[in-house]
Amino acid sequence: MSQSTTTPAPLAITHLTVAYGDKTVLWDITWQAVPGLTAIVGPNGAGKSTLLRAALGLIPSIAGEARFFGRSLDEVRNRVGYLPQRASVDWDFPATALDVVCMSRYPRMRWWGRVPKAEREAARGALDQVGLADLADRQIGRLSGGQQQRVFLARALAQDADLYLMDEPFAAVDAATEQAIIAVLRRVVAAGRSVIAVHHDLSTVPSYFDQVLLLNGRAVAAGAVKSAFTPDAIARAYGGRLNVLEQAVAEGGLQ
Amino acid sequence: MSLGYNTLVVLAGCALLGLACGTVGAFALLRGRALMADAVGHAALPGVVLAAMIVATLGGNPRALPPLLAGALVAGVLGVLAVQALTRGGRIREDAAIAIVLSSFYALGVALLSHVQTMPQAAQAGLGKFILGQAAAMRAEDALWAGGIAAFCVLICLLLFQRLRAACFDPDYARVMGLSVARTDLALLGLIVIVAVAGLQAVGLVLVVALLILPAATARLLTHRLPVLLLVSALLGALAGALGAAASAFEPEWPTGAAVVLAGAIFFTLALLLAPERGLLPEAWRRAHRRIAATESHFLRAAWEAQEAAGAGPGTAGDRWTPIAALAAARGWTEAYASRLALWLALRGLVARADREIHLTPRGAAAARRAVRAHRAVELHLLGLGATDIAGADRLADLVEHGLPADMATRLLAEPSSLPASPHALGSGAFSSQADTLGDSENATTQNSNAFSSQADTLGGSENATRQNFSVRPLRGREADRD
Repeated sequence: MSQSTTTPAPLAITHLTVAYGDKTVLWDITWQAVPGLTAIVGPNGAGKSTLLRAALGLIPSIAGEARFFGRSLDEVRNRVGYLPQRASVDWDFPATALDVVCMSRYPRMRWWGRVPKAEREAARGALDQVGLADLADRQIGRLSGGQQQRVFLARALAQDADLYLMDEPFAAVDAATEQAIIAVLRRVVAAGRSVIAVHHDLSTVPSYFDQVLLLNGRAVAAGAVKSAFTPDAIARAYGGRLNVLEQAVAEGGLQ
Repeated sequence: MSLGYNTLVVLAGCALLGLACGTVGAFALLRGRALMADAVGHAALPGVVLAAMIVATLGGNPRALPPLLAGALVAGVLGVLAVQALTRGGRIREDAAIAIVLSSFYALGVALLSHVQTMPQAAQAGLGKFILGQAAAMRAEDALWAGGIAAFCVLICLLLFQRLRAACFDPDYARVMGLSVARTDLALLGLIVIVAVAGLQAVGLVLVVALLILPAATARLLTHRLPVLLLVSALLGALAGALGAAASAFEPEWPTGAAVVLAGAIFFTLALLLAPERGLLPEAWRRAHRRIAATESHFLRAAWEAQEAAGAGPGTAGDRWTPIAALAAARGWTEAYASRLALWLALRGLVARADREIHLTPRGAAAARRAVRAHRAVELHLLGLGATDIAGADRLADLVEHGLPADMATRLLAEPSSLPASPHALGSGAFSSQADTLGDSENATTQNSNAFSSQADTLGGSENATRQNFSVRPLRGREADRD
């Protein structure tokens, strides 16, 4: 990995170990993200979401640490955005799409009174970027799954961060929404920001992402998709269970 | 009993407590803290009794409210801390921890209460009112306290509105942004303890949880907007408090707590039944309406297709009458059911009825054309996609055509255009096309009298045979202008 020594990596994880009770989920992960669009890939239960959540301090880790832009998260919170899994919240909550996106601007406001107009406009702009400007005032429970996912994306975008950690941004969305989301992510990266996304569809890794981290409790392989996302590494991450997908990867790699 | 000064004081006090409970309860409900309020209420009992014992031992007036509420506050906080200590480490789940703390503290309180009764100075006098609530004992001073507490809670909720909303909706995300969810939760818990303790005298510790949760749950059925929800919840809480206090004032034997909670439960039940969007009755009404509309359009389409099969069209010279039995057979209905539908549609002016036969009125024909159009648009679209075979397309179209908005139908099938031919034979199934056998014998005709024939118009034979044997026959003049 050719990493310039002057700019610290957006996310650098060293010796991270996480356990739920007696079950250790992540073993001694050391990994440095490179600016750009990065996928975290691995089988179910590989600890993909856990890696993000532990890095963000949402769950305690036994050992190791995560540094963002060379600093601790507390020092650079305004530069780090997060998109949690869609299923992690109650979509029946009494809020509109705009209300949800506005939540990303809370740290910038004084904490009483209404959401200031400037912040509301920023939130509307983010909704516009994901193509939901017309649905800003709709109750979130009445949005389709793909629209809810885009509301979450808009909320992350409205944070105006330099690094986005996204937990399954493409989970359970239709093909059109997936294209819309990847277009937004590419724009974000083109603007010089970084995105690290947990991803579950091996076949689209080569076309969507520049970098990849293959995970299965441990870091199996990491680096540029072209060099690290090999059938061999995938087989090691998935325990040789995925012969079908090697084909897809080989085809994707040719593109 | 007239509305004297005392009654007004009690009413105002209970309304203000209800207001505070409704406001705090909205966030408690959204954050999933409903049972915590119950734990606080029950945990307060030993605190109240111990406070009374201490005051009595020190020679004070054991009925004075402030020391009792202070005792309740301390015990309530201890209860909350006990729940948190039990759940830490993940050994015991929160619901179990709450049940343990709630019942243990309450049992301790009851045991202490029976001990107090053996003490001199009648320290226990009036302590029972904390269990079920006795608002009538409220004095002007207590009402003032209630007002102060209500104002404080509302103020804190408004100040922390955004923090509370973020913590309730997506606590993890709020944490990542650096909002202190732990502190927000602590503030919410503090508010819950304060309103639960303040509500003890009016509602009683057994039922104080209801005053927190019922108004909020009711408001949630009525609105999707959090600010509106807060307002509605606060007002419903105030109303329930005032109504309960009033009922208890007119009927002093009634425990105020029960009256307040019953009022809140009535509001909740009404909202559950009648809320415009989420209520059970409007929902059942909408569902029934959709089902009737679907059945109607099936009937009208069958009537249209019967005419089509006979080579005639509504509004054309060959406009015919159709036996109800034939429609019933085409849809797989009993004739009695189809007759009832025909009666209903006749009442709506969509069909004319005579002698077990029906005829589409101009309005009915327009509706039938729309139904046929939607059905065929979906069918042809599905077949065009290669998604299904002809019979499958027919069945799927039957299911989805009713939800098809007009603009979608137009997109699938450009308007204006003539109706496309049905992709499947209209005689298929019950519309069996055995017309060629019809002319042969009178016997065969009666057997097939409820079958349409797509060849009816091509059949030879006299006009008389057609009229008697076929399902459709020419429109009689006198009904022609009926609508």
